[in-house]
Amino acid sequence: VMAARFLLRRAVPALRHARCYADAPAAQMSFTFASPTQVFFKEASVKQIDVPTLTGAFGILPAHVPTLQVLRPGIVTVFGDDGSSTKYFVSSGSVTVNADSSVQLLAEEAVPLDSLDLATAKANLEKAQSELVGVSDEAARAEVLISVEANEAIVKALE
Amino acid sequence: MFARTSAAVFLPQCGQARSMATLKDITLRLKSIKNIQKITKSMKMVSAAKYSRAERSLKSARVYGTSAMALYEKAEIKAPEDKNKHVIIGVSSDRGLCGAIHSSVAKAIKSEIAKLSGAGKEVMIVNVGDKLRGLLYRTHGKHILINCKEVGRKPPTFTDASVIATELLDSGYEFDQGSIIYNRFRSVISYKTDEKPLFSIDTVASSENMGIYDDIDADVLRNYQEFALVNIIYFGMKESTTSEQSARMTAMDGASKNASEIIEKLTMTFNRTRQAVITKELIEIISGAAAL
Repeated sequence: VMAARFLLRRAVPALRHARCYADAPAAQMSFTFASPTQVFFKEASVKQIDVPTLTGAFGILPAHVPTLQVLRPGIVTVFGDDGSSTKYFVSSGSVTVNADSSVQLLAEEAVPLDSLDLATAKANLEKAQSELVGVSDEAARAEVLISVEANEAIVKALE
Repeated sequence: MFARTSAAVFLPQCGQARSMATLKDITLRLKSIKNIQKITKSMKMVSAAKYSRAERSLKSARVYGTSAMALYEKAEIKAPEDKNKHVIIGVSSDRGLCGAIHSSVAKAIKSEIAKLSGAGKEVMIVNVGDKLRGLLYRTHGKHILINCKEVGRKPPTFTDASVIATELLDSGYEFDQGSIIYNRFRSVISYKTDEKPLFSIDTVASSENMGIYDDIDADVLRNYQEFALVNIIYFGMKESTTSEQSARMTAMDGASKNASEIIEKLTMTFNRTRQAVITKELIEIISGAAAL
């Protein structure tokens, strides 16, 4: 639904290349998903990707409108060509959709969802929330808020 | 340094013209050079281990880094020619004995500065690594913005890159564009000094191809740019470390080989000297006996 919203959205400004979605490049997306230490997908062909961004979660299909987005802590779901889906938890990062249907998803930290433990996540969340009460300095407060947000997202994802 | 020392040492060809080195002198030199060889061999082993680890993590870092730069390449973002403030990030390390790693980056930086200053632009440098500071501060000291130390002891992490990026963005120097100069790893025996462009937020926002990218507001673009800056620095640091370790391996290997050569030559000299001393004593004994 989010994808449809993006496709219909923009009125073409005069400067833009005229794009007709009927003859957009072949429905193949070259998907690269990596963190600084690990590569999950490299120029792979997948059907759809759901990403959580600062402006909301949306799904990316081939021939998606080019865009740049910043990620928030949450789940990335990758739907492969064979219909299977894998979930990853990302902490932050960026996603780029280019005009030639290539997608670069760069996450600062990304782990497969099944390697996260619900109990530890809950414990971390409670600790972060209790820290939030006690902290006063602005920078420290921002850090604790980030920690709370990330842990909340992990807990929500695992439940 | 050791390689240079070995090249500078030569066996005296005019040994006959002055008093021959005594056995004790030669023994001392032999001992010290054997120690040096042990050290360079172990340094080579250590570098080899660090190199293999760095190369493995470079594989994923490369995918990460090239994807981070994909936007700039695909959207063909070019900085307008009239922009005046440049920043150059030179990536190197703190430790020497790695061949031409530091000097090649410093040379590239110097030529860039000459080119940009000649065109009337303002340039500032960020030094990642103490060696670069040493090479640049005397002649280009007024261009140096930030120095980073404690680089090269441990493998670079994303956190290190983000610290550097934060310092640069907080420094108050509003650069319009820049480049990062690092040593790109090609193979165990070769690396190349490479340069990748950096763009400021304004340059990217006002670039003509950005119009095709949907739904971008200033906040998102700023976050995206900051993240991309960290990614590029991280990529440069990873490539640099791998090149440095492979160069150190090669340099230490060369030094060990040179040391072995010198040890061989010295051993020959030692044996000849020893035989000469014995012959002299024999002659003295014989002529003494003959005198009786």
